[in-house]
Amino acid sequence: MTTENKTLDEIMDLAAKHFKVSRDKLRPDEDFFKTLDIDSLQALDLLTRLENHFHVELPDYELQGVTDFRTLAGRIHARL
Amino acid sequence: MTDRFQGEAISWELSSGVIELTLHRGPCNEIGTLSLQELEQFTEALDDLSRQCHALIIHSAMPAGFCAGADLRELYLRSQEMQKAQAVAGVRDFLERIHSVLNTIDAAPLTTIAAIHGVTFGGGFELALVCDLIIADKMARFAFPELRLGLIPGFGGIPRLKRDLGNAVVRDLLLTGRSLNATRAHAVGLVSQLVAEGEALRAARATAAQLGKFDRRTAIAAKKFIKPIPYHELKQEIDLFCQLFTEPAVEAGLRKFVESTDLQPYLP
Repeated sequence: MTTENKTLDEIMDLAAKHFKVSRDKLRPDEDFFKTLDIDSLQALDLLTRLENHFHVELPDYELQGVTDFRTLAGRIHARL
Repeated sequence: MTDRFQGEAISWELSSGVIELTLHRGPCNEIGTLSLQELEQFTEALDDLSRQCHALIIHSAMPAGFCAGADLRELYLRSQEMQKAQAVAGVRDFLERIHSVLNTIDAAPLTTIAAIHGVTFGGGFELALVCDLIIADKMARFAFPELRLGLIPGFGGIPRLKRDLGNAVVRDLLLTGRSLNATRAHAVGLVSQLVAEGEALRAARATAAQLGKFDRRTAIAAKKFIKPIPYHELKQEIDLFCQLFTEPAVEAGLRKFVESTDLQPYLP
């Protein structure tokens, strides 16, 4: 069974690759809107990529107030 | 007869029996006065165009997506310039005009295909729903976020959603305001073909080429038989939208959207 830490790693790998940011610059508990320099449309794009990658569906209202990768990983992991 | 048009918000071109209508108003084809005027030009030309064509493909040239819906900034700013009654009359006029455009495309005597990528929200979703087929790439997302503004879809979305989908999915979309990804939209039957990222237009062109093999008159007759247009419910939707538009929650919702410092505040 996938651990939440593995889910977190996969999310950060995917985000770094898609938004062309160095993986080393991403921290689990920092604001990903700032570190990735994205707006809400790009956050939706990220959500779609994560849903396709993990084969889950995450209602976008579950992202309310979520700004860090660790919390995002928790939300996705809860749907695996 | 103009088989080619280059506008500020849309363009179209006829080639090999297929009309391609391209949406290209930044940032994401928000439908305001300009788009409506040019769409009206398109539907005026459609009767002539369709005599030479068997298919219409509607797609977007904007990277963000197919269409993010109504131009809410224009709607808010214009409504602030007027007395409430005048603002509601203006909204009703806009809705009646956009309904006329969308009803014309819905009933068009040729097969219509929406080639979708990215954000397809509100009025954009409603534009897709008037098409006979929706081909979407895996990055497409569909939503009716109007509830977040204290409104319901006003461009005919509810009657057309009911026409195409089971009521449980309609309730989910409308009552939660959440977006569905293309994979889910395909699973529930909204999307007829799900393709790789960036491939929707290519797949739409291949489908349109296939459609050209069939007798045009038979296709038109079959479409009329298969696809009812819910005119009565569409009028009811306009009435309900205008009624809701007078509520304080709507002005508050629009103000919040317009005043957001985000480029496009699409998260709920």
